[in-house]
Amino acid sequence: MQPILEIVNLNKSFTMHILQGKIIEALVDVNFSVAEGEIIGLTGKSGSGKSSLMKCIYRTYLSDGGKILFQSNEGTIDLVAAGDNEILHLRKTEINYCSQFLSVIPRVAALQVVAQPLLKKGVTAELANEKAMETLKALGLQETLWSGFPVTFSGGEQQRINVARAIIDPPKLLLIDEPTASLDPKTKEVVIEMLLALKKLGSTIVCISHDEFTLNHLVNRRIHLEKGIIIN
Amino acid sequence: MKHNSENWLLKVEGLTKIYGNPTQTSIDKTGPLFDSNICPDSGSIVACAQIDFELYPGEVLGIVGESGSGKSTIVKMLYFDMEASGGQVSFNRDPYIGKNILNLSNQSKRAIRNHLMGMVYQNPRDGLNFRFTSGGNIAEKLIMAGNFNVGTIRDKSKQLLEKTEVPVPRLDDLPAHFSGGMQQRVQISKAIANHPPLLFLDEVTTGLDVSVQAKVLDLIRELQQELGVAMVVVSHDLSVIRMLTDRTLVMKNGRIVEKGLTDQILQDPQHPYTQLLVSSIL
Repeated sequence: MQPILEIVNLNKSFTMHILQGKIIEALVDVNFSVAEGEIIGLTGKSGSGKSSLMKCIYRTYLSDGGKILFQSNEGTIDLVAAGDNEILHLRKTEINYCSQFLSVIPRVAALQVVAQPLLKKGVTAELANEKAMETLKALGLQETLWSGFPVTFSGGEQQRINVARAIIDPPKLLLIDEPTASLDPKTKEVVIEMLLALKKLGSTIVCISHDEFTLNHLVNRRIHLEKGIIIN
Repeated sequence: MKHNSENWLLKVEGLTKIYGNPTQTSIDKTGPLFDSNICPDSGSIVACAQIDFELYPGEVLGIVGESGSGKSTIVKMLYFDMEASGGQVSFNRDPYIGKNILNLSNQSKRAIRNHLMGMVYQNPRDGLNFRFTSGGNIAEKLIMAGNFNVGTIRDKSKQLLEKTEVPVPRLDDLPAHFSGGMQQRVQISKAIANHPPLLFLDEVTTGLDVSVQAKVLDLIRELQQELGVAMVVVSHDLSVIRMLTDRTLVMKNGRIVEKGLTDQILQDPQHPYTQLLVSSIL
C-alpha cells in the first residue's frame, strides 16, 4: 500500500540575517514514510528538530530541499513545492495542525473556538455547538468555562480547548504537538482515547511527545530525532 | 470547491504609482536594495512598483509593512481612490473579464465600486459622510447599488447595524456623536451593504483601544465567514495580520519583498526585513 505521507531527503536550515547570515541546520536528510491510519510518535530532546519537521509538513516552514509527498483526495501532492493556495485548500479539507500552545482570537468564547472548524466547513451553528459541547464535556472542561474567553484559562484548560478544536472535525492527517503536556493523568487518558478514536475513524496522526505514558499507549511507531537527524 | 489556481477573483500585475516626473530608470534605482523610494536622478517618489499578486474568492490577504512602504497606495489604486501610474488589474467578474479595470471609464469604475467592492478606511471620516446619519450613510451605499424602496432600505440598514452590533435606535444619529469603535462599525456596515465579493480594509483597528480592537477584529472575521467575502487587509500590526489573514505580502520601500502563507511569514520569514519586522513584535 502506498504511504499517505512520504518524506524524502528533507532538509531545513534557518538563515539568520540579524546574526550576519548565520545558518542553523534544523533537519538533515530526513527520510521516512507513514502508512494510512498509523500513529507516529516523534521523539527527541528539545531542539532536536521535532517541531521543525512538523512545521515543514504543515508548510509553516519552507523546506530547503527534498520532498514531502502527501496522498490527498485529489492525488499525490508535494507539500514542499505546492502553491500557497493548494496548501490552504489542504489545510481546510485534509491536514490539521495542533500547536503546543493555544492561539485564538481574543474575546471569542471557548465553545465558539471549538466549534469554529465545523462552522468554517458550513455546518449549522446548532450542530456545531452541539458537537463542541460534547467534545468539551468528554474532555472534562467544566461548563461554567464554556462561554469564557480562553486567554484567561489555566494551561491545562487551554490545552483541552486546543485539542478539542483539532479533533472536532476529523482530518485525514493530524499533526499534533505535545497533546498531553500540562494535563493531569486522568485527562491525559481521555485525550489518548480520543486520538485513538480518531484513528478508528481513519485519521493518520503524527504526534510529538516527551511523555512515556502517552507514547506507550498511543503510538504505533516512534521516530527519534537527534540534531535534526533520524536515529533508529 | 476544488482548488484551481486559475479561479482568482482579482489579478494584479506590475501595479505602479510614481509621484513627480520619473526617468526611465526611476524604478531600477529605488526599492529595498537602495533603502529608498526616492529616485536619485529625478527626485520622483516611487510609492509602489512591480506589484504582482492574485486574490482568490473568499480569501483574506494581508499587506504588511512600515509607514510609507506603499501598502495603502495599493488598495487606494485598486478602489480607484487614486490613479495608478501603470499596471494591469483584472477582475474575474462579468462584464469585466479580459479587461484592465484601471483603464475603464469613470462610469464603469463607479459601477464596480457600487456593486463589487467595499472599503473600510482607517479614518471613519474618509468612509462616512458626517453630515448624514448612520442610517443615511448605509442608505447612500444601498441606493448606489440600485435599491430605491425607502422601506427596504431602512430595514436593510437596521439589519446591517444589528449585524455590526451598533444599537439600532441610533440609526438616525450622526456618526459624529458615536465613539470611534462605533463609527468604525458603521463604516463596516456601509462597506458590506451591497454584498460585495471584495472588501478592502485599510488599518481599520489602528487607533482603537484594545478591547474595541478585539471586537472589531472579531466582527470582521465573523462577517468574512458568513458572507465569504474576499478581503485585502492592510495593517502595520502583525497581530491583526496573524488573526485575520491566510496569506501575506510584506512591503518595503514600495516593493513586495516577501509573500507567503501568513504563519510561514511570521514563523519562518526569509527576507532580512521580514525577519527584523517579526523579531520586533511585542
